[in-house]
Amino acid sequence: MKAVSDRFRYLFRSTKGLILVAITLIAIVTATWGMLSGPLKEWGIGDVAIRLYGMRLVEAEREGRIILLYHTIAMAVVAIEVYLITALVPMKPQQQANINATITVGYIVAMIFGLAFGYFGHNFVFHGLFVFGQSLVFFAGLMLAVALWPWRREYHVQDPAYAHTRGGVDLERVAFFTMAAATLGSALFGAVPGSLWGRGQETFLAEDIVRIPFKTPLQLAVIGHLHIMLALIAVALTLILGRWFGFKGRLHTLAMPMMIAGTLIITGGVWAVVPFEPIAHMIINIGSFPVLVASWLLVYYGWRKIMQGRLAAQGISGAPCFRQKLSALLCDPLRFGMLWQMVYMNFVVTAVGIFMAIRLDEVIRRWPLREEKVVLTGHWHILAGIIATIILLLYADMAGLEGRARQWFGWVVIIASDIAFAAVSLYETKRLFVSEAGQQPLVNITMLVTDAALATTLLALATLLVWRLVDLFRRDGRWAWESAEAALEAPQAEMIP
Amino acid sequence: MSDARSQTADRKRSGVLLARVVLLAAFVLAGCTGQAQGAPPPAFDTGVDPDAWAQVPAGEFLCGQHEKETTIALPYEIMVTDVTNAQFARYLNEALVQGAVMLKGDRIVGYYPGDIFHGHKHEDKIEAGDWLHVPLSDSILRLTYDGRSFDVKQGYENHPMTVVTWFGAKAYCEFYGWRLPSEIEWEKAARGTDNRAFPWGETIERQSANFYASRDPFEAVAGKQGDTTPVGFYNGRVYNGFWTEDARSAFGLYDMAGNVWQWVSDINEGTHDRYLRGGSKINYEYDLRIWSRNSARPDYYSPSVGFRCAR
Repeated sequence: MKAVSDRFRYLFRSTKGLILVAITLIAIVTATWGMLSGPLKEWGIGDVAIRLYGMRLVEAEREGRIILLYHTIAMAVVAIEVYLITALVPMKPQQQANINATITVGYIVAMIFGLAFGYFGHNFVFHGLFVFGQSLVFFAGLMLAVALWPWRREYHVQDPAYAHTRGGVDLERVAFFTMAAATLGSALFGAVPGSLWGRGQETFLAEDIVRIPFKTPLQLAVIGHLHIMLALIAVALTLILGRWFGFKGRLHTLAMPMMIAGTLIITGGVWAVVPFEPIAHMIINIGSFPVLVASWLLVYYGWRKIMQGRLAAQGISGAPCFRQKLSALLCDPLRFGMLWQMVYMNFVVTAVGIFMAIRLDEVIRRWPLREEKVVLTGHWHILAGIIATIILLLYADMAGLEGRARQWFGWVVIIASDIAFAAVSLYETKRLFVSEAGQQPLVNITMLVTDAALATTLLALATLLVWRLVDLFRRDGRWAWESAEAALEAPQAEMIP
Repeated sequence: MSDARSQTADRKRSGVLLARVVLLAAFVLAGCTGQAQGAPPPAFDTGVDPDAWAQVPAGEFLCGQHEKETTIALPYEIMVTDVTNAQFARYLNEALVQGAVMLKGDRIVGYYPGDIFHGHKHEDKIEAGDWLHVPLSDSILRLTYDGRSFDVKQGYENHPMTVVTWFGAKAYCEFYGWRLPSEIEWEKAARGTDNRAFPWGETIERQSANFYASRDPFEAVAGKQGDTTPVGFYNGRVYNGFWTEDARSAFGLYDMAGNVWQWVSDINEGTHDRYLRGGSKINYEYDLRIWSRNSARPDYYSPSVGFRCAR
């Protein structure tokens, strides 16, 4: 019994255990529900899976099911970010415990009952529990915002290496607080149309109505909600990486005000979609720029730190040559990879997005809606996928993956996922290069490469999870000392990189 | 030392070999299928008459995904199948002689009086003038023109006419005194008066319609996005061992899901786009649901877009 309770305590009370549980649940959902679409559906496995699981799927409810599915996954991703924030940002141990407990119950309840409602018949008690779970996640967010309140004197900083006001208010903490507050407001932005579901609000996917010239305020709110939530998840992850890399110095003092201003402007722009749709996109673009610049500063800082650390460890002093610098930078694929994925995002997400925005009427709107939907769907799938790989690399780093396993896992995730993202980018923009009649070879090769690369990435994830699962069966496994270091009295002790 | 070197060399050779095998497999699996543009397709007689019309009564039906009760005031008739290549070639020969359409270079064009422009964001002006109906230069067009008359490429006579713009589709229907169906007319003809998701019922199988990776006999030639199937192909017959469901709609229409998207007549305020319904051979099943909508500029054309008329 003690063995079970020890492991339970590890999985549900330590930051690393909580993250492991969330990643595992996401992996299970992804593996199970992934069978219902893509190549596995083409091969007939989707139909077998539906029969095997006893799913009850109605064609007219497909959009609703998809919305439930990605909300359940998003809740788990948000929970992972919250665990990281409560561990990395100073706060009272009791606050950390309360926040983590509330969000854990919230996302698991939302996940179980959301999927049960969506895919296994419509028991409206399940729907109520899905909403209740999400409400708990929201409540945990409120507690997080309170815990992050940056104007409390005990959290003031005076160290000039960290961005702060003249009064000592920690601007990094302000950035975290701004992100948390913006996320709460933006969640409400989606919750309002959600609460009117069935009473004037009909289920739809944003990409389906993108060309409707006159959208209702509720439709605009949903479109704004999904955009800002993904953007704020990315902002939160950037701030988390900043803490993980010990971001400080002049670049920190430059980056944090930009993160705060950018987050506020983007959020304001998205909220302005309902009353001021024609100018909202311009506001969002203005806000995106400082956030992007801040992320580049973090990447520069992090890479320089990795490089200098490795060169020092190798005893190379003076002026190392380019090859030595590059070799030092690439020595640790996990730490290099987290930041590289942020850079890569600029090529496969930001650049494509800017191109779409600039050439919307001249190029994209010359294509049929179906083609535009492919671009839009591919675009946010890549963004979500990149965020997932960054979290995976961060978790593997936290979990203390070492030696060859560290090298293999890191490089497989980076290379395989980036190949997949590049292939999807090519696929989604294929109409720029090939006509519909001539597209089949390109479709085949990009789909094959995407599926093979994603399968490789998932295999790496599965290997990591199996390693941790096997470890749980060992009496004195890694879990035991991870659990021991996670004494809640010192929330940051377990997270020192 | 030499052992270590030879092991390293072996490893390198194995790596190169593995890379070659993977690349070869990728190209074999991926590169061998493109849309066949030269050889004639398999010829199948479906037994369905493309000159037939179906009657749709006036009255209520459940419109759209969210099943809104909608009333169509007058009964109407709609073609049982999409307009075929043979029908369109015949029309072009007649319309050119009568001056209803013109040949400008390698384009069939015709006059359109223009849309009312509302100046909405992203809205383009569709002005009065000669607009493209059919581009003769596109190699995927199933029609031929020898300088005097139009004909159909061998084997495509009973396939739906594609590579035709909204202007071309509209002009065809109006030449014979008919019209394009409105969006709700199209939907009622596809759905009937219940709330089914597909013209034939609730679920879709590979034998019900021509969609992406549906493994019909034409995909064996042209790859997973396939080729058009003859109109009325999914009628319960067996073609060279490929059996089909009788996938007629409640009112007896064929191909209201899959094969080719179909232009409808609606012109909507604030956008120059026209709507397309029914899904096509290059779409997954969910795009074949009755309420699924695509849209495109009226001068857009594609090998997966066709039309049928109403009257």
